[in-house]
Amino acid sequence: MKILGLDSSGMVASVALVEDDTLLGEYTVNYKKNHSQTLLPMLDEIVKMTELDLASIDGIAVAAGPGSFTGLRIGSATAKGLGLALKKPLIPVPTVEALAYNLYDTQGLICPIMDARRNQVYTGIYRFREHCLVTVKDQMAVSIEELLRLLNELGESVTFLGDGVPVFRERILELGSFPCSFAPAHVNRQRGAAVAALGLEYFRAGKTESAAEHSPDYLRVSQAERERAERERRAAAADPSGKGERSL
Amino acid sequence: MENCSLDTRKADGEKDILILAVESSCDETAASVVKNGRTVLSNIISSQIELHKLYGGVVPEIASRKHMEKINQVIEEALSGAGVELSDLDAIGVTYGPGLVGALLVGVAEAKAIAYGAGLPLVGVHHIEGHVSANYIENPDLEPPFLCLIVSGGHTHLVIVKDYGEFEILGRTRDDAAGEAFDKVARAIGLGYPGGPKIDRLSREGNADAIVFPHGKISGSPYDFSFSGLKSAVLNYLNSARMKGENVDAADLAASFQKAVVDVLVEHTMLAAGDYHMDKIAIAGGVAANGSLREAMKKACRDRGYRFYYPSPVFCTDNAAMIGTAAYYEFIRGVRHGWDLNAVPDLKLGQR
Repeated sequence: MKILGLDSSGMVASVALVEDDTLLGEYTVNYKKNHSQTLLPMLDEIVKMTELDLASIDGIAVAAGPGSFTGLRIGSATAKGLGLALKKPLIPVPTVEALAYNLYDTQGLICPIMDARRNQVYTGIYRFREHCLVTVKDQMAVSIEELLRLLNELGESVTFLGDGVPVFRERILELGSFPCSFAPAHVNRQRGAAVAALGLEYFRAGKTESAAEHSPDYLRVSQAERERAERERRAAAADPSGKGERSL
Repeated sequence: MENCSLDTRKADGEKDILILAVESSCDETAASVVKNGRTVLSNIISSQIELHKLYGGVVPEIASRKHMEKINQVIEEALSGAGVELSDLDAIGVTYGPGLVGALLVGVAEAKAIAYGAGLPLVGVHHIEGHVSANYIENPDLEPPFLCLIVSGGHTHLVIVKDYGEFEILGRTRDDAAGEAFDKVARAIGLGYPGGPKIDRLSREGNADAIVFPHGKISGSPYDFSFSGLKSAVLNYLNSARMKGENVDAADLAASFQKAVVDVLVEHTMLAAGDYHMDKIAIAGGVAANGSLREAMKKACRDRGYRFYYPSPVFCTDNAAMIGTAAYYEFIRGVRHGWDLNAVPDLKLGQR
């Protein structure tokens, strides 16, 4: 079974081809955010180097959010276009879960953190139990303080990874009351191989969707929607009778 | 399965060229299949306008998200509506600028992946060249050179189309685009978004000579446009009436404003036509659907013996058929884009 994996959710752009237990090829660049220009040429390189007949793949796994809104869309639109042309299903893999999958069978908790700006992180809490990835706390957008409060409550050792580590490392050491470590370079960022390998598990479990219905899971509404909701909440508060023209 | 390709050969032995075009530069998700650059086999447009009305204008992030939700369905409908499969196509065309970067990126990434997956060549198209090319769809006799006025929410250009894909820009707006002025004035009168069609409709009930507004001119640049002074004059008129407690007749105001815009657009176009000896005049872009502009331009052309070309309203506003037409002329000129094609939000007219 052959699964293509794409991740352009952050600074990393990564494309990988996994066949059952074998990684046939992976192209990962953590340099500049110009994924629109790099992602498809990277796929083309993998296809050429592995002499891949694209029609032979079984599914297209994509890091489906959270992440940079634009980055997610480049990955998802690429996956949707490939899915349409090749008539193959898409496998949306939660970005944070795929990050955690990098640290297979790690002892204790695994906590990927992605810098989400606005003083938040995209994160989740995971562990491996009997060689399977288990979600302790599903992916979410929260402040680093809120995350550390949760981890302090759990009181177990934690391995951190993700592009949020350089930003929040000091904060973690300062506020965390649990033993912790930080994953090394080869497994501490998004990797297409993790998306493809976890995507293969999803595929076997029947967790696929059509290319047409796929959209990223942003974990956040747009700024305009947030501000509009805020305006309406204020208007409702100013007009407690509820007879205002607008309601929530 | 033998010689299927013979079916698509024309009498003169030339094979038909079929292009799938994708457009997502603003708030319309669109796809179309165009044959030989002039025959539209399908033209699917999914508009988000109702959604953006809630915000009084297009919200880029929301537009990008909606494109993601609709793009495959729109493309699949365009293919099935044309009765073709990807394997029947010769190329994929896609708008890569100008426009909203996030919105453009959805179409560009999608079109690139389809072309890559289907083994088809990719042709990036300039959105405004698409608007100009909309005139080819319903006017089989129209060929360059001709003079074209391009007016939309984001653009106001007066150009000579010297050849397919070759432009000489004579004039452009120095500030607001014509369509932008319509939107701003419509908002001030309380008509809402989008302003163009609303002002056009209301103007029919008003007296266009009721209020005299300034006609923006740029000294030394007779073909350039300026609409910000006109917009300010309208806002000042409204404010001063409000301060005096006078009632403003919205229909008269809309009609008078529209006349000031249309007068300038027609005057500059006719001036350029005379100076450059052009006797074929075309209009393009969303504002080209404006009834008053079409009438005034038609009359001015008739008076001078010029041929006047204009697209049906559905080909004036954003659509992918016009992108397919522009892509065709690029394709036969040998233009091909690589898998690294990027969205270019400020792509200049004629820039390659």
